[in-house]
Amino acid sequence: MAYSDKVVDHYEHPRNVGSLPKDDPNVGTGLVGAPECGDVMKLQMRINPQTQVIEEAKFKTFGCGSAIASSSLATEWVKGKTVEQALAIKNTDIVRELSLPPVKIHCSVLAEDAIKAAISDWKKKKDGKPAEAPATAPANS
Amino acid sequence: MAVKLPIYMDHHATTPVDPRVLEAMLPYFTNQFGNAASRNHSFGWTAEEGVENARAQIATLIGANPKEIIFTSGATESDNLAIKGVAWMYREKGNHIITQVTEHKAVLDTCKRLEKEGYEVTYLPVQKDGRIDLDDLRRAITPKTILVSIMYANNEIGVIQPIAEIGKIAKEKGIFFHVDGVQAVGKIPVDVNKDGIDLMAISAHKFYGPKGVGALYVRRKNPRVQLAATIDGGGHERGMRSGTLNVPGIVGFGKACEIAQKEMPEESERLRRLRDRLKDGIFAKLDEVFVNGSLIHRLPHNLNVSFAYVEGESLLMGINDIAVSSGSACTSATLEPSYVLKALGVGEDLAHTSIRFGLGRFNTEEEVDYTTERVVEVVNRLRELSPLYEMAKEGIDLSKMQWKTE
Repeated sequence: MAYSDKVVDHYEHPRNVGSLPKDDPNVGTGLVGAPECGDVMKLQMRINPQTQVIEEAKFKTFGCGSAIASSSLATEWVKGKTVEQALAIKNTDIVRELSLPPVKIHCSVLAEDAIKAAISDWKKKKDGKPAEAPATAPANS
Repeated sequence: MAVKLPIYMDHHATTPVDPRVLEAMLPYFTNQFGNAASRNHSFGWTAEEGVENARAQIATLIGANPKEIIFTSGATESDNLAIKGVAWMYREKGNHIITQVTEHKAVLDTCKRLEKEGYEVTYLPVQKDGRIDLDDLRRAITPKTILVSIMYANNEIGVIQPIAEIGKIAKEKGIFFHVDGVQAVGKIPVDVNKDGIDLMAISAHKFYGPKGVGALYVRRKNPRVQLAATIDGGGHERGMRSGTLNVPGIVGFGKACEIAQKEMPEESERLRRLRDRLKDGIFAKLDEVFVNGSLIHRLPHNLNVSFAYVEGESLLMGINDIAVSSGSACTSATLEPSYVLKALGVGEDLAHTSIRFGLGRFNTEEEVDYTTERVVEVVNRLRELSPLYEMAKEGIDLSKMQWKTE
């Protein structure tokens, strides 16, 4: 299978790899996928509670090159966006940007899920509800 | 010393044609192009001589009589011919076939088709080491059983089945024993008499012969096996397989057998040393790596390893100057991880992280060392990227996590 140049670039030079302190009230964590499915993405964002701007995003991904590229791209895209703008990112945008073939569309769906899961985790913390374990975030596959 | 890239280490998939094999084949494309079935001129006789010489070379390698070798287009056809041929021929005697779960699809899908025709098939499980339990086999046999089909060695994990013991059981019960010998013949000693084999599928391109040519060994005595043909036509190959013979391919096939027989003792020892060097190198530098399947009952050139927390396809992408293959779902058409590893009880999470290394005749120690270095480097890099590795290091039990997988 041949990979697009952009997938190869993200795979070889993944952006924003790492972790943020998950107990920080301004950090939202999304953990989606499952090891048995061959894909797990962890996407974290530090969100400014006043401006709602995503100031920092980090990811770690277990998965194929397309899954790594999708989550790497997601961190690039959400950085500097408001929560509302980030929620508007669609998996099809990721498919287009990375030229993913049909068998890899689920990677982009997972990345979209990860963005939503991270924001929803952050909202939960902000609204003062007890923090839940991040793995209960919605997952796909 | 610099190694030449890319490195080929996927010899279970196919092998390059040995230059000595190619040399033997070449005249049969041009000057000696005759049809081996042309009985009335020298072109035909020359071709026939090439074919009969090859038939003898193949028979010698497996301890058979040349008359017991039927040429086919490859092992998939041979497996089809053996299983359907016996099932159709002996339908009156019984309708039960026994095979096992880690067989190649050429066997499994043939059996599935026969099930649709009303045959009954028992798929024996394998143990953790990848081998069947002989007691399971004994228990599965019924008065209706006409055929047992078990592979000599597995194409993913290289695990060798207890063939001689199975052959003995089949003989005691008067049941035919078919063996998919594709990964074993030419690599380890195989003897149809010592092993009690009645039918065996062989493929030339798995041991430095050309693609598109294979054979089915069909026993002629004690017991004599009869087959219903799956391809009808001019009655070639004693009516068992019609179709003009692929003379250059067959000549190359024969030459590959001759070379394999002569060089096997030395070559298998050399490959075993390289394989162990690869394994030891990887295991010395990485934690949480696991060999899939028995290390004792195993082809000398096979290594199948799971690298926990690193998805196989992403690992292949990182070592893209080395040709190996993965049991990961992402590398298969079905998006399912390897059914072979699943059958061994390897968790799906670990099945996704498996890599198969298949060493071959032209691999060198330098290539093995380069491969070790690259694999270690990429696994370490991808583990830095893996949320699972991070969680495991934090002491989180991943198997107890609530993953949502609807």
